[in-house]
Amino acid sequence: MADIRCEIGGIRSPNPFWLASAPPTDKQYNVERAFAAGWGGVVWKTLGEDPPVVNVSSRYGALHLGGDRMIGFNNIELITDRPLEVNLREIKQVKRNWPDRALVVSLMVPCEEESWRSILKQVEETGADGVELNFGCPHGMSERGMGSAVGQVPDYVEMVARWCKAHSRLPVLVKLTPNVTNILGPARAAVAGSADGVSLINTINSITAVDLDAMAPEPTVDGKGTHGGYCGPAVKPIALHMVAEIARDADCRGVPISGIGGISTWRDAAEFLALGASGVQVCTAAMHYGFKIVGDMIDGLSNWMDAKGYARLEDFRGKAVANLTDWQHLNLNYAIKARIDQALCIRCGLCHIACEDTSHQAITYEHAGVGPGGARRFEVVDADCVGCNLCLHACPVPDCITMERVDDGTHRDWTTHPNNPLRKQAAE
Amino acid sequence: MSDRDGVRPGRLESETLAANFADKHPPLDRQAALVESNRCYFCFDAPCVQACPTGIDIPGFIRKIQTGNLKGSAVDILSANIMGGMCARVCPVEELCEEACVRNYGEAKPVAIGALQRYATDHLFAEGVQPFSRAAASGRTVAVVGAGPAGLSCAHRLARLGHEVVVFEAKDKAGGLNEYGIAAYKATDGFAQQEVAFILSLGGIRIETGRALGRDVTLDGLRRDYDAVFLGVGLATTAGLGLEGEDLPGVEDAVAFIERLRQAGDRRDLPVGRRVVVVGGGNTAIDAAVQSRLLGAETVTLLYRRGPEQMSATRVEQDWARTHGVTIRHWAVPTRLVARDGRLAAVACEATRLDGAGQLAGTGERFELEADQLLKAIGQKLLADPLADGSAESAEIERGKLKVDAERATSLKGVWAGGDCIAGQDLTVSAVEDGKVAALAIDRYLRG
Ligand SMILES: Cc1cc2nc3c(=O)[nH]c(=O)nc-3n(C[C@H](O)[C@H](O)[C@H](O)COP(=O)(O)OP(=O)(O)OC[C@H]3O[C@@H](n4cnc5c(N)ncnc54)[C@H](O)[C@@H]3O)c2cc1C
Ligand SMILES: Cc1cc2nc3c(=O)[nH]c(=O)nc-3n(C[C@H](O)[C@H](O)[C@H](O)COP(=O)(O)O)c2cc1C
Ligand code: SF4
Ligand code: SF4
Ligand code: SF4
Repeated sequence: MADIRCEIGGIRSPNPFWLASAPPTDKQYNVERAFAAGWGGVVWKTLGEDPPVVNVSSRYGALHLGGDRMIGFNNIELITDRPLEVNLREIKQVKRNWPDRALVVSLMVPCEEESWRSILKQVEETGADGVELNFGCPHGMSERGMGSAVGQVPDYVEMVARWCKAHSRLPVLVKLTPNVTNILGPARAAVAGSADGVSLINTINSITAVDLDAMAPEPTVDGKGTHGGYCGPAVKPIALHMVAEIARDADCRGVPISGIGGISTWRDAAEFLALGASGVQVCTAAMHYGFKIVGDMIDGLSNWMDAKGYARLEDFRGKAVANLTDWQHLNLNYAIKARIDQALCIRCGLCHIACEDTSHQAITYEHAGVGPGGARRFEVVDADCVGCNLCLHACPVPDCITMERVDDGTHRDWTTHPNNPLRKQAAE
Repeated sequence: MSDRDGVRPGRLESETLAANFADKHPPLDRQAALVESNRCYFCFDAPCVQACPTGIDIPGFIRKIQTGNLKGSAVDILSANIMGGMCARVCPVEELCEEACVRNYGEAKPVAIGALQRYATDHLFAEGVQPFSRAAASGRTVAVVGAGPAGLSCAHRLARLGHEVVVFEAKDKAGGLNEYGIAAYKATDGFAQQEVAFILSLGGIRIETGRALGRDVTLDGLRRDYDAVFLGVGLATTAGLGLEGEDLPGVEDAVAFIERLRQAGDRRDLPVGRRVVVVGGGNTAIDAAVQSRLLGAETVTLLYRRGPEQMSATRVEQDWARTHGVTIRHWAVPTRLVARDGRLAAVACEATRLDGAGQLAGTGERFELEADQLLKAIGQKLLADPLADGSAESAEIERGKLKVDAERATSLKGVWAGGDCIAGQDLTVSAVEDGKVAALAIDRYLRG
């Protein structure tokens, strides 16, 4: 059985699955249920200064697709709306009850050194394992000069990280907002400010839908809507990219990463780890299905690791980073062609119409007579197939279309390609 | 003789009868319709469309259900098939669209096209709108004979194209077998008449009920008085067994039995035998057998002279009959009707097989089935007399059906025909297609 214990910036947990700072971690009641279900850690719902914020009614919007619910999720909630003292008391109690789990406290206070110093002292007294600086919340708080308003300015990120390191012995994770043009700006600032790790991504500015009767954005509050923070399965690709950029950035110097964004399964988690994260955090999937999903996450990850011969997370962590490169280094001689397994093919024709209408006219359609689809046949024309994968993605049958490598194994990339006016002559 | 014997009414209580004759496939609710519509892959040049005799754009209408465009969905269906509502209820989908669905491969469960078609069309009917309008008046008038699926489909399309239509219908009600023949549990709640009303709400169609070709009008007369004629008279006489005793009380034509059932005000008043034998291998036989059981017959045996593969009733229909307690005896024919006290008492049968030459032959093995009722469902025939009656020229008949070309034109100039009276599948949906194809041809002819 693989060892899936995890460590991020000095914070340890029995497994890499944490609940992200959000409603699932807003109360002792929820957090203890999560720990009972097996979660390795939590980042407590973001604390702020009293008086607490006030939340609206109607808080979540969602993107549903076909039969699938909540493939994207958004919220217009603020940080915790409970008094600071209540949260601190519960945090202390939970840490005492569950000493082996990671309990990190998320914080967001005004951008003044004294505010940070004061709240850090109080958090330290709870026995929590670390703090996470919420520089990411894209709505409500940013309009008050907190959250992503700080996270979007690298100088502020560095300054606040530095304050926190100066005023506390606790490990400091900086949670990054994706609402920036280049994630490396704030990530490098966090490293420069001596943060012990970065967590990302927080939610993305979004409007999930428009209520066409009310003519208002959703979620709608008394006829009006506002932009909210987007998360859930749909954001995973964005999060993976940002995590990977940090993982391969020299200036970030291997800063520990807590990966967040659209993680629903052990496979998602393994992908984040492969791209350099040390652990992961989950919010939407838990809000969709409850805490029980962690069972398969733990079990699935260790079974997969066993099958692959990975004994510890470190054995595969970051393994895919080396294979992330810039476009110009991709092998232009590499060639693949689509292959249709006629025994699996159900003759739906989606591969044909996708390629015919929108790509390279590389899949032919032959049909004889009417009646059950057996008389239909779809074939790839190798000469026209550019190996783009479109048909493979459109095909509804798993593994029916595969791509076969057909090149001679030589390598040439753009840097030396004759069509590149700036090519390196020497490589010819 | 037990007092349960004989052909008698009131075998079951009203509540039981109501439950027995309830909707065979209750409509999908919104949740089920969305889940099912999401199963459709939106196939290219979809095989299901090819397998629908009326060529409904199935992936198109299903996608519109997914997106909540139910009106658009229903209009797509009805544009191809004005009886899309009835067809959704009665089509043997297992050998039409759903048989061709690509979801049969891999998971052996096609998209429930029929049920989705019903979902969309029910929505439109509930709104009570007629989505079609009529083109500018052409000044032409067409006579349609028969207000069944073929005739009404033809009439609706002609009226849309701007022509005036007069429909001559021998019976008191329009609808043809939708009203008089389809099993009661397939077209519940007066759906056949609702559909007729929907079709007529377009305008431009006048139905003259109680007016029969050959009795009240002649083909010559119609050809003289109208710009074109469409014959959708269906089939009339049923084939006989050719056995002695066929006129015994208790021996009846299955179609007549079903017609009585469909028209009954109170099904408790309907007489049915204690032991019923049905002879035949098609839809009608299955429907007569099942409905006998539902009326309270204790045993129902369906006799068919060949095997399950040769039955024109589909596998699904045969299973439907079995789950309703009908015993299907393949490879057997009735040889003699046994009378007692002047009534049918038993049916003597002989087992059959194919002989060396592939011909059906008796095996000599005989058995007798006690029966107080025998329903004949061995096929219907075209009644040719009215078509010829007193007219100078008559339309050519080939193998017992009116001969038509691809456009459904008969051998007589200006006369088209469709539905059961021409060669084809003898299904509601094919009758609708015939009517549509003929209407388009008539339109070209009238404007030519
Ligand atoms: C018992 C039974 C069950 C069936 N079940 C199914 C089923 O489940 N699914 C399916 O797809 N198909 C079924 N069918 C077949 C289907 O009903 C027919 O194929 C379809 O109704 C044919 O339509 P039509 O318009 O050609 O003929 P019909 O529906 O027979 O209509 C012909 C009309 O013409 C009228 N008419 C006849 N002669 C004259 C005349 N001389 N003058 C004026 N009017 C005249 C008749 O009164 C009738 O109204 C069933 C048939 C039967 C008998
Ligand atoms: C309802 C809701 C409230 C959230 N509140 C906070 C918060 O208070 N502090 C914070 O740092 N992130 C907050 N988040 C962001 C999550 O912690 C997480 O970064 C984001 O949802 C992406 O992960 P996911 O795709 O697994 O949901 C919130 C998210 C949701 C859905
Ligand atoms: S890989 Fe791209 S080009 Fe090749 S057949 Fe598929 S869709 Fe067409
Ligand atoms: S998309 Fe897949 S299943 Fe459909 S026709 Fe193409 S290869 Fe066959
Ligand atoms: S064959 Fe089946 S999946 Fe394909 S379009 Fe028709 S109903 Fe949809």
